[in-house]
Formats: sequence, structure tokens, C-alpha cells
Amino acid sequence: MNRKKLQELAESLCKTAKHFNKFEVECLIKLFHTLEVEPSDRYAGIGLDRNSFRNVLHVTFGMTDDMMMDRVFRAFDKDNDSCISVTEWVEGLSIFLRGTLEEKIKYCFEVYDMNSDGYISRDEMFLMLKNGLVQQPSDEDPNEGIKDLIEITLKKMDYDHDGKLSYADFENAVKDENLLLEAFGPCLPDMKCRLAFEAQAFRNTAECSASKRY
Amino acid sequence: MGVALTRAAQWTAAGSGTGRLEITPLNESLLNEIIKFTESFSSKHPQEAAFVFKEPLQWQTKLELSVFESGYEVSEKMVQSQERDKDGQPLLLVKGSTISVRTFGQLSRLLRVAAEKKLKEAQACLEANRDPIVNILGPGYGTIEGEDLSMLRLLDKVKKDEASDNEMKMKISLLLQQLDMQLLNSSLKQISQEVRLTPAAVKNEIELLKRFSGAKEDAVLESLEYTSDYEFANGCRAPPWRQVHGEICYLTIKPWDTDRMYVTCSTAGVFLNGGREKERDEINYERQSDIYKDLVSFLRERSALFVENMDKQKYTFFDEPKHEKYYRHMEAVEAEEYGQTQKLYDYGEKNVTEKPKSAIPKTKSMESKKLEPSLKWKTTPGSREEKAAKKEREEKESKPASPDGKRKSTVTPSGSAKGKSPLKPEDEVESSSESEEDEEQPDRHQEINTDLPSEYWQIQKLVKYIKAGNQTVTAIALCSMRDFNLSQETCQLAIRDVGGLEVLINLLDTEEIKCKIGSLKILKEISQNSQIRRTIADLGGLQIMVKILDSVDQDLKCLAAETIANVAKLRRARRIVREHGGIKKLVGLLDCSAIGSASPTQGKEIEVARCGALALWSCSKSAKNKEAIRKAGGIPLLAQLLKSPHSNMLIPVVGTLQECASEPKYRAAIKQERMIENLVKNLNSDKEELQMHCASAIFKCAEDQETRDLVRQHGGLKSLAALLAKSDNKELLAAVTGAIWKCAISKENVTKFREYKAIETLVGLLTDQPEEVLVNVVGALGECCQEQANRSIIRRCGGIPSLVALLTGTNQALLVNVNKAVGSCATEPENMVIIDRLDGVRLLWSLLKNPHPDVQASAAWAICPCIENAKDAGEMVRSFVGGLELIVNLLKSDNKEVLASVCAAITNIAKDEENLAVITDHGVVPLLSKLANTNNDKLRRHLADAISGCCMWGSNRVAFGNTKAVAPLVRYLKSSDPDVHRATAQALYQLSEDVNNCITMHENGVVKLLLGMVGSTDETLQEAAAGCIANIRRLALATEKTKYV
Repeated sequence: MNRKKLQELAESLCKTAKHFNKFEVECLIKLFHTLEVEPSDRYAGIGLDRNSFRNVLHVTFGMTDDMMMDRVFRAFDKDNDSCISVTEWVEGLSIFLRGTLEEKIKYCFEVYDMNSDGYISRDEMFLMLKNGLVQQPSDEDPNEGIKDLIEITLKKMDYDHDGKLSYADFENAVKDENLLLEAFGPCLPDMKCRLAFEAQAFRNTAECSASKRY
Repeated sequence: MGVALTRAAQWTAAGSGTGRLEITPLNESLLNEIIKFTESFSSKHPQEAAFVFKEPLQWQTKLELSVFESGYEVSEKMVQSQERDKDGQPLLLVKGSTISVRTFGQLSRLLRVAAEKKLKEAQACLEANRDPIVNILGPGYGTIEGEDLSMLRLLDKVKKDEASDNEMKMKISLLLQQLDMQLLNSSLKQISQEVRLTPAAVKNEIELLKRFSGAKEDAVLESLEYTSDYEFANGCRAPPWRQVHGEICYLTIKPWDTDRMYVTCSTAGVFLNGGREKERDEINYERQSDIYKDLVSFLRERSALFVENMDKQKYTFFDEPKHEKYYRHMEAVEAEEYGQTQKLYDYGEKNVTEKPKSAIPKTKSMESKKLEPSLKWKTTPGSREEKAAKKEREEKESKPASPDGKRKSTVTPSGSAKGKSPLKPEDEVESSSESEEDEEQPDRHQEINTDLPSEYWQIQKLVKYIKAGNQTVTAIALCSMRDFNLSQETCQLAIRDVGGLEVLINLLDTEEIKCKIGSLKILKEISQNSQIRRTIADLGGLQIMVKILDSVDQDLKCLAAETIANVAKLRRARRIVREHGGIKKLVGLLDCSAIGSASPTQGKEIEVARCGALALWSCSKSAKNKEAIRKAGGIPLLAQLLKSPHSNMLIPVVGTLQECASEPKYRAAIKQERMIENLVKNLNSDKEELQMHCASAIFKCAEDQETRDLVRQHGGLKSLAALLAKSDNKELLAAVTGAIWKCAISKENVTKFREYKAIETLVGLLTDQPEEVLVNVVGALGECCQEQANRSIIRRCGGIPSLVALLTGTNQALLVNVNKAVGSCATEPENMVIIDRLDGVRLLWSLLKNPHPDVQASAAWAICPCIENAKDAGEMVRSFVGGLELIVNLLKSDNKEVLASVCAAITNIAKDEENLAVITDHGVVPLLSKLANTNNDKLRRHLADAISGCCMWGSNRVAFGNTKAVAPLVRYLKSSDPDVHRATAQALYQLSEDVNNCITMHENGVVKLLLGMVGSTDETLQEAAAGCIANIRRLALATEKTKYV
């Protein structure tokens, strides 16, 4: 990719990804290209496929839960082509790393709303929380605890008492208690990983570009 | 009947002579028995009824002559029975009000005639005839105490007596014996029902009542005092000759609604005595009322307000004085079910103090009837507290059963056992303002199991999820837990009891920020509870929280600091924070560079600083932490934050500052960092708490002259004077009056205060205020009194009677201030007239007996102007019995200030020749001489004054010489204090009238020193020095003359 194209792309992405400046966008684009692998399938879109993205999530941001990583991938992959384009990458990271509370609420809700029907249902919660409790051998029904937890969660977050969480419910609950932002599983980087990533990405690529110039 | 009457009946005058038979239940039943016996006598034993008594039974009757009808010859002044004896004498004769009866027949008729007055008549009869058997049968049959041979004697009598009526006498005697037995039996029953009080029980009850008496609004009594301070070894306060009558002590009780009552507590019960008219009079021991089984039932009868207030107290009675009260309860319970409860009791786990325990064995050894007074607050049996005791018992029994099983074994549910031990002794030194409420509170056991609240189970479940869940589940459970009302004690203790605290603290040690925040949010809330604080400290939570202060996350830092602020109300916690470097970190939090700007991140920084200040405020209650804060550079940061406009920031900052201002280094720093200006500014805040802390900081700092000037320059005096109007917030008032007191040390400030009419307001605050306020108000007035104008203001506002009234208090600090104020007022002759009229000097004088040297000294200082300005001061001083001896004996004190003040007082006393003679007799001269070797200039000056004053009598000059006071006095002239020079020169002048003293002085090189003094500008000094030299010179000339003659 030549320099001019890069500049143009960065310029345009700057407008959509508000939390990065132009230089940072440039760095992220460069990083994207280093991560990009040749599409194995020619019909697949250009960009990061599921596996490489999950790899990034795991290695860089310390995520371990398979399902969550899948859900994060889906949240990044706005056009559902199973591939994250450079635009999706930069815009996604903008929220992932530096999003405001509102943006993060929206992002998290998308992650948790598995079937994208606008609600987080009991079943979805069950899927997300099922590995959350260490099973005690004494428990008769191993799922009882999870079910109880879901009820507790609904009691706390289901403002309109319809047995499922709408976006409004979720938003209200999180604004009331910020800790509930990642109520159903970690889908945002913690501060340490975030700072490490930013430091790494923006410094390294800066050096790269500096060396390239000469 | 004789035995029963002498032994069992309750006679009022327990001594000899004619006593009176009181109407008590016991006596009444005795009398009734006797009446019944007599009434039925004539019908049951007609022959014996006709038997004529040896001597008539005579007494003063209250019956009207008109009641005697048939069978009597009634004339105007006399009634005679128609029945006559062998000699024709009437068997019943009433003359005037004296009645004499000579047969049982007539007696029973008389009783029938008397109808409802028969009780009175029988009583009068028995009172007049202490041993009726003697009258009836003759002196040989008299009751002899301690002997039980009456029957034998009777037989002897009967044998010897050949008279015709001896069979009759025998019969009557036997009948009377029978009655006697019967009476004794019935009275025994009565007596056994009586509550016999013991000194210990009485004392307990009085202590208890005292605690609820006083000036408080809902106090049950206005006052309750013993009449005697001396307590005998057996616990009685009654004099020994009254103790033999079973009397334990005498009380004066002033209820709110009735007059002062004088009460006797005796083993038989509590009753009103005759009281005493004047202070010094003997108590009139005669009983004036019924006997009550204890003080409370007595008071219930006498004072309606007592009953009313008692009912109001019912909760506090059982809550506040926890230690003792609780244990009384428990003991009562224990006594009932000793075997059952004992093993369930874990003495070690509860804060069993030595005090209540030691009181208990006494009561235990008593018989079960001797109830503890505390159990008698309610008169109805089976009432509230009995139930309460029962409930408590149930709790005790059931407690260990269920919750223990669920508790995780690693958790210590009560920190107290663990918490007490590791206190290092050096850490006990804490600052004055410290409130150690936490440590005092015993572990209260909540009502587990009786009706376990549903929250308990829910919280237990959540704790389980927190333990077993991953970070997501933990976060949900933590959030859900916060939905409980965590300020409620049930929830707080439930979290502790299910092992939640340990889990929460463990979470702090993880990497999960969300879990840490969630956990801290809960800990912050529940650490409002002192038991939770203890447990957090026990579980090592503080160390982790101190570590968290280093975190990058602002929220986390805030929460950790806030939680530390709560936990550090515990003394032990403060030490832990310091020892783990927490103070330094907390001081670090204060450093927010951007005060006043509004960007969101800076807003966070300010919040962090606020939380840091909050934690430092709690920590600053320990002296070592104050030092640590200073060393960590906290002062400039606090000064910076003090400029903040937000009162929620200012309160902890000023709170910390005022706490630390007890240290001189802080006071200096507060002045240097120009904090006074801001403190003064915040006096005008709209938050009373902030105003209070500012005033309190000024209070502590204004010991310093410059600070006082600064307060004035920044206009603080006006604000302070204005704040006096907020008299309903006592804490604020105490701080403000304190600040005024200290500021008033500067004369310019006093002028300002007068301008703002603060003195008038202060005088108004002399009544109905708590002691903390009074101390400061009186202190302030004492300072203001240094100016003549203010002394008149105080007089005009009627402040002097209030001040004199305060002399009767007991608070040491208050007394010192009152003494000072009264003393200053007394410098005005017009004021002195009022003080004298109120007997203020006597009160001051009696304070010389106070054990605290400060009070003694201030009283002695105050006495000086009183003597100077009182009319007939000499006569007044003499009127204090033992007063002069008392003050002379104070010269044996080892407190320099006391000595100086007493010397000053003696100087004034010695102005009256007669008094001087008396104190000389009490040995003032050797005592003064003994003090002569001192280096204290203040003492030197007053001692020299006292010596020159005492020289005026008899051979005191010689005596001073003999007791070696002269040589040390000469050395005083080398002192640097001109006051000492003047006083000493005068003393030397007086002493030089004696030849030997002149020689001693000369040997000690006085002449050279005095010659220097002659050149002084002080005329008195000049004159005295010159006079002394003249005396010495004259002696020298005289000796030379004799040589050459």
C-alpha cells in the first residue's frame, strides 16, 4: 500500500473513529497490515478472519473464553462477512480501547445479544454464564446456581419486568452501576492490556514509519 | 406477748423511753391479733375476764366521753364503769383523756365501744405500757429478754403465791403465753417476706440512679447525694451508733417535682427521715414515712415525674451502660439456670471486664430475695425486662447451634478476642479529641436463629456465588449484594457471619479491578459498623487497602481511602495503616494540582484528594500518625486543599488540621502556611460542621500570640461572636467559645469582643450548657475580666451569681476557669460585694480541698483579690472553720504553682493581725522557710512577700532566722526578675529588724547587692533596700560603740 493511499484512508477513518488521531489511525492501519494474512478462500472478504482475530484477542488482550471471543469478533464484524476489514478494525478498536460509556454499553449489548433480536434472553444469559460457577459436588442440580444467578441479574437489570433485557434495560442498569457493563462476560480489555497494547502499537509503528522514511 | 412486742414490733425510737408504734404492715397485724384476742377474751374465758389487774393499764385515750353509754356512769369530766372491784373502785375510769382499765372484761368492752378506733386505742395502750403483763400479773411476770424460762418462773410464782387468785393468774399467764407464741409466729411470717437490704444492694441502686440524675432533660432526678462522704469498711455510711439500728446511709434527694427529701436507707428498707435544717445540723433520724422495700419504689410513690421519666428511660437503661447492666442480667439468668447456661457461656469471647464481675460475688452470696436493683425498674412482675432477660438467655443457648455450622471455619466471627491482645503499650498515647467508641463497644449478638431475617439467607447465597464464581458471576453477585440495605446492622453482621468479609478482602488481592471495586463499595458501607471494622482489621484488610492506594485506577483509590477512613476509627487500625506506609500514600493522594478547574479527570483527582483527606482525618487521631503526616509533607498539601471552595472537601481537610493542631509543630505550620486566613473565612460557611472544625482549629492554634492577631486581622472575631447565636448546636458552641476564650488572651481582641457584645452573650451562656461549653465560656469570661470595663459588664448582666454557682461543680477544668473568672471579678469592690453575699469566698476556700493541684492553685489565686477587696476580710476569713489551718497545710504541696498561689494568699491573710497570729500558731513560719531554697522566680516572689507579711507578728522575724530562711532570701537578689527583687528587698528589710538576721545577711554579702538596688528606679525597692542597709549599718555602729566603751 503506498503512502498516499494510506494517508487518504487514515484521513477518512479519522472521521468515523473519533477517539484516535490521524497518526494513531495510521499506526493501526499499519498494524492491521502486519496482521493480515492472505485469505485462504478467495471469496472471503479481505482482512482478518475469525482465527487471526481471535489470536489477537487472546494474545494481546488476554481473553480466554471462546464464546466471548467469537461474540467480540461478531461485534467487530459489522457487515457479517466473517472477515474484519481495515475500517472495521479501526472503528472497532476505537470503541474497544477508548469508547465512552455509551459506546461501550452499545458495544457490550451487541456482544451479549447473540441472536441480534434486540434482547438478551434468559437462554442467552444461561449460555454466557454457564461456566461461571465452579460446580460443587454437593449441588443436586448443577444448573440451579446459574438459574438463580440469572434471576438475580434480571431482578437487578430488568427494569420493565418482561423477563428479558432490552437495550434500554441494559443501558439504565449500567448507568446505575458501572460494574454491570460486562455483566455476562469480559468483552473489553482491562486497563493494563489496553495501555500495553497502545504503547506497543503506537510506538512500534511510529518507529517503523520513521525508519521507512529514510 | 411481751416477747413479740419487744422483739418483733417495729418501734420508731429504737432507743429506750416511750417509743411510738408505727403503722407498718407488721405492727398492724400484731395489733389486730391482740385486739382479736382481747375482744374474744370475755366470751371465751368469762372467769379470767373478771380478774382484776395488779396495776391498771393506763393510757391517753382519744375516745369521746360520749361514746360510753350503757354500763358506764358518765359525768361531765369522768366516766366510770358500773362494774366495780371488791373495794368498790370502778374497773374502768376515764378522767380527762387518761383512761385506766383493770380487767380483760372491761378491756374487751372498751374495744367494742371504741369500734373503728380500736386499733388506735390498742396502739396507744401498748405504747404506754411496753410490757402489759407486768401490769396485769405483777412485776414478777415481766418479760426478760433472752431468757426462755418464763414457764418455769411462772410455776415457781404460782407455788409461792398462796393467794386465792393464783390459779387464775396461772391461767391468764398461760393464755398470754399462747398469744405471744401466736404473735411471734405470725410476725415471723411477715418478717420472712421482708426484703432485707444490704449496703451493697443499696449502693448499687444509688449508683444506678445517680447515673440517670442530673441536668439532663429526661433525668429521673435532679440530684441524689449521700449526706456523708465517708464510707465505713462494711459499706455503710451511717455513723456507728446508728448502724446498730440497721441504718446503712442517708441521702438527700431532689426530685424534679417535689421538695428536697431526706431519706434513710436501712436494712429494713427505705424511708423518709426528719432531715436537717442547716448544713451542719445533725440529721433527725426519726422515721417519718412508711418503709419501702427499695429506693425506686420509694421514689415511685413520692415523685410522679420520676415515674414518668423512668418510663422514658426504659430503653436507654438497658442499652447504654452495657457492661454492667448486661452482666447483671446475665447473672440473674445464671442464678436461675446455672447448670444450663454456664457451659454455653464463653467468658473469654465477650468483653467481660473485671469491674462488674467483682461486684457480683457479693450479690450472689446473698439470699435470692435480695434482688439486684436493676431488676426492679419495672414494678409489674413478668414485664419487659424479664422477657428481655429470657430472650437473651434463649439467644445464648441457641446461638452456637446453627450459624456456626454454616460459618467457614477460617473466619473469626468476633474480632474482639483476637483484637485486644496485640496492642503495643506505646501506641496508647492518643490525642485528647480521640473518640474510642469502638473499643468500648462490646460484641452485641444479633438475634440469629430466633427469627433469622430473609436477608441472611440471601446474603449467604450471594457469598457462595462470589466464592465459587468467576469474575463475571462475582461482579453480578457483588452488585446484587449492594442492593441490600448495607447500612442496616442485620445485613452487616450477616455478611460477617457467613464469612463474607474474608471473601471480600480476598477479592481485593486479585487483579480484577471490577471485583475490587465491587468489594470495596460494599466494605465502605459496612465498615460503618464498629464490629465489622474490627474484623476487617483482624483479617488483614488494611494492608491490602493500603496497597491499593498505589493503583492507577482513580475509583479504586477513592474507595480504598474511604474504607480506610472508616476502619481507621479503630485505634489499632490507625497503627496498622501507619506501619504499612499508608500515611505516606494517603498524603500522596492529597496532591492534586488542579484545584478549581472543572475538567472531568481533574474532578476525579479532587475526589481522590477528598477521600485521602477523609482517611487522614481518621488516622490523625493518633499522635504518631500526626507526626507521620507532617513528615510525609502533608501540611503544604492540606494548606493547598484548604483553598478549595467545596465544603465536602473542606470538612475532612479542616477536620484533619484541627485534629493535628494539638501538636505545636502543626500550630506553627498552620500559622506559617497562612492557613488562618482560610480557617477564618470558612467560619462563615453554611455548613455547621465545617464552622465547628474551623473554630476548633482556631481554638487550638490561638494559644499563640501571632495567631490571635491574625484571627483579628482577618475579621475572625466578628464571625466568632456571631456564631455564639447558634446555641443549639452544642459541639459548634463548644468550639466557638473555645476559640473566643483563646483569642481573648490578647487585649486587642477583648476590645473587639466587647464591641461585638460577645461578653453579654457569653454571660447568657453560663447556665443550662453542657460542661464542654461551660469550660470555654467561663475561660473566655476569665480572660475578658482582665479589663475593668468588662468586669462591670459581667456584673450588670448578672453573670456573677452564675459564676459563683459554678464553683460547686466537680469538673476540674471548669473549676480552674471558674476560679480564675471569679478571682478576676473580685478585683472590683462592687463585684466583691456580690460574691461575698453569695458566700463565694467560702466556696473558693472549700476548693482548696480539691485533690487537683490546678484547682487548688486557681482557688488560692482567686482568694487573694477576694481578701483584698472584701469588707471585714479578716473577720470573713476567721469565720471559715479550719480554713486557715487548711491553707497553711497546703504549703506542704509539691506543686510550685500551688505553693506560689498559697504564698500569695498568705500574704493577704497576714494583713490581718489576728489571722496572722492564727497562722503563726499553725506553723506557717517553718513551712515558709522550708520553701526558701527554690529557683522558681514566681514562687520566690510570692514567698518573699509572704515572709515579709508574716514578719509582723511576735517573734516571727527571729523564727525565720532560726529556720534558716534568711540566707536563701539574699540569693534571690541575684535573680533577673525585678518583681523578685522588690519582694525580697522588702522581706529582708523586715527581717533586718532582728540582729541575728542582720549578721546572717551581712555574711551572705547582702550589702553589695542591696547597694545596687538602691539605685533602682523602683521606689519601693529603693526604700526597702535602703532600709535594710540602714538596719545593718546601725547594728555595726552599735557593736563598734560597745567595743570602744
